[in-house]
Amino acid sequence: MDFRDTPEEAAFRSELRAWLEANIPAEHRDRGHMAGRGDEEISREWSKKLYEAGYSGLTWPKEYGGAGAPYTHQAIFLEESARAEPPEHIGVIGLGMAGPTIIAHGTDDQKKRYLQNILSGEEVWCQGFSEPGSGSDLASLRTRAVDDGDSWVVNGQKVWSSFAHIADWCILLVRTDTEAPKHKGITYLLVDMHSPGVEVRPLRQITGDPEFNEIFFSDVRVPKANILGEVNGGWGVAMTTLLHERGTLGFALTARLEVMVRKLIELAKQTSVNGHTAAEDPLLRDRIVDQWVQLQALRFTNYRALTGLVKTGVPGPEGSIAKLHWSETNQELTKLALEILGPESQLDEDGAWSGFWQYQQLRSRGNTIEAGTSEVLRNIIAERVLGLPRGR
Amino acid sequence: MDFAFSDEQDMLREQARAFLADRFPLEKVAEITRSDEGWDKQSFRQIAELGWTSLSVPEDAGGSGMGFIDEAVLFEELGRGLFPGPYFSTIGLALPLLLDSSDQLPGIVSGERTATLAWAEPSGPSKLADIGRGITAKAERSNGSWTVSGEKSLVPDAEIVDHILVVAAASEGIGVWAIERGDANPKTHSTMDATRRFGSIAPSGADAVLIVEPGKGEDAIAAVRRRALAALALEAVGIAQRAVELSIEHVSERKQFDKPIGTYQAVSHQVADMYVDLELARSLAYWAAWCVDTGDDQADVAVAAAKAAAADAAVLACERAIQVHGGIGFTWEHPLHLFYKRAQWINTFEGAGSTHRSTIATSLFS
Repeated sequence: MDFRDTPEEAAFRSELRAWLEANIPAEHRDRGHMAGRGDEEISREWSKKLYEAGYSGLTWPKEYGGAGAPYTHQAIFLEESARAEPPEHIGVIGLGMAGPTIIAHGTDDQKKRYLQNILSGEEVWCQGFSEPGSGSDLASLRTRAVDDGDSWVVNGQKVWSSFAHIADWCILLVRTDTEAPKHKGITYLLVDMHSPGVEVRPLRQITGDPEFNEIFFSDVRVPKANILGEVNGGWGVAMTTLLHERGTLGFALTARLEVMVRKLIELAKQTSVNGHTAAEDPLLRDRIVDQWVQLQALRFTNYRALTGLVKTGVPGPEGSIAKLHWSETNQELTKLALEILGPESQLDEDGAWSGFWQYQQLRSRGNTIEAGTSEVLRNIIAERVLGLPRGR
Repeated sequence: MDFAFSDEQDMLREQARAFLADRFPLEKVAEITRSDEGWDKQSFRQIAELGWTSLSVPEDAGGSGMGFIDEAVLFEELGRGLFPGPYFSTIGLALPLLLDSSDQLPGIVSGERTATLAWAEPSGPSKLADIGRGITAKAERSNGSWTVSGEKSLVPDAEIVDHILVVAAASEGIGVWAIERGDANPKTHSTMDATRRFGSIAPSGADAVLIVEPGKGEDAIAAVRRRALAALALEAVGIAQRAVELSIEHVSERKQFDKPIGTYQAVSHQVADMYVDLELARSLAYWAAWCVDTGDDQADVAVAAAKAAAADAAVLACERAIQVHGGIGFTWEHPLHLFYKRAQWINTFEGAGSTHRSTIATSLFS
């Protein structure tokens, strides 16, 4: 056990730190507290810059544009990002979900066609899994694909799809056999979002921002070459996506939480409550420190997960733990920030921190629902990690 | 970066688990707990033969010259097995102060002798962190020999160990002296955790051996405290782990309404939450152990975070375990309460979570 960087890791870290310092665009820094809400153009530019510098797809194979680096480099990248707060890469779904699934299940042609453009941010991906009637019970999905010669013809509706409004491609789960048991009639398609018959309608969240969307498919023709894995074998492929969504997400989420804890401490130092600063208030101090402790616990849990990932190549159960605990911690933390701000917290852009904390607090309510509800994650931990008898 | 234990450390864990399962099944632990002595003296010779009393003792002093990370594995397993005996007192509190003491060290290494540390006073400091404030126990020298007098309270395992290391004040400052239990007038008090009883001592002119020079006591005790907090965080992880294991077993077998109760989410989600808290606390405890082992700059905040989180996780795990066990978990017969009581002993040691968070606050808000 050694928590320090190896000389090689330390070299990568210092090189990256200097690169971030020199390259984070001024227009991003100038946005101040608003930077947390993302900006499409800045993100697109940044994605390209990251790719050209070789920092996109650190762990992806070299032949498809990745760096072929060990997972520890990805962890260092996220830690340094938490420190420097650069813009986000535009291809969140491509990098975290579509890409790893294509690497695991794609043909050579598919890998060549899609992976590089994910890394460079040239093509943005979205996810078409959930439906109005199929949330936690994903396998009950009803979007149909019917065999029609050289193509599948897709009809149906997907929902809660982040980035769909700017996406070029969609990882789409469809039902290709209505007779088979529900897990065995699903196929995983890669769908061009510019195809005729695809319609995207934005959904506004409780923050007021339209961050996710509904997608409607009406007689959309998808070439048969765009199947990922086997016909009716989509469930297993989808599990790879979800494993990666929760597996490698732990580091990214913890990096985000690190930024939030740092900002919370900054807020506490500058905000007056009861005749002193919040940082001097014993009750608030205790609760702020608790957030810091939760952050460290997540951080070192990720590190333990990393060691497992390096040994086996497959993310372990720690991903579910990290997602579950991060989401609840982020909700507590952002609520504590509003408490510290007092009535001022109710103002949006005209208030303290340009409404940063209000936005973050409202946004945090989605954290225990998106990417597996906390209830589903507790089921996964109970049944698959602890081996408790299955309830269904 | 490497966050795994070595193969040797994994083997040590397996050895500890096998020895404890064989020698101290939970029925045996319960029986010992009810006895007057509260421990099995023979067991210390056995664990010494396994090398557990000398892991962190340098090789030239008869030890194996390993580090705290190796001992950490044992603290965790001894918590999981609820080992009844003064291991924490001897190895966690006293041994680090005795490494240069040629009189006491060989007996500790061989398992023939045990020791503890006495710092708290009835109307003086209660925590290791407070020994600089108002200590009244006195050490005096005449004709080159030391004697110790005073009253000490909340001394772990006071009535069963051989050596008691007393934190006392001499004219040159605070130091540590060893006295023999027989000279200390020890008295045991009925303690919630009967596997780790508190006693009080009242030596009066007891012959004493100088262990830590007067004036150097505060630094020496600060190092002992750091290590003790990490050790207890690890024990707490072991306790939480066992509470999770006992709960998994119970809710998988116990049936109500024709189904194992573990199929009901109101039950299974409590077990999932116990496990999540356990794994998070485990990560902090390993971080703390590594910081203590390497003398990392972050050691003080790491042990504070680990102790606060792991003790909370252990107490809560036992409470949830009692809940999901139903009536049987609330009985004297079932071993759960023994773990629960140890968890509470640990939780209150040097103050519960808020005390340690306050330490961290000082560093975060400076």
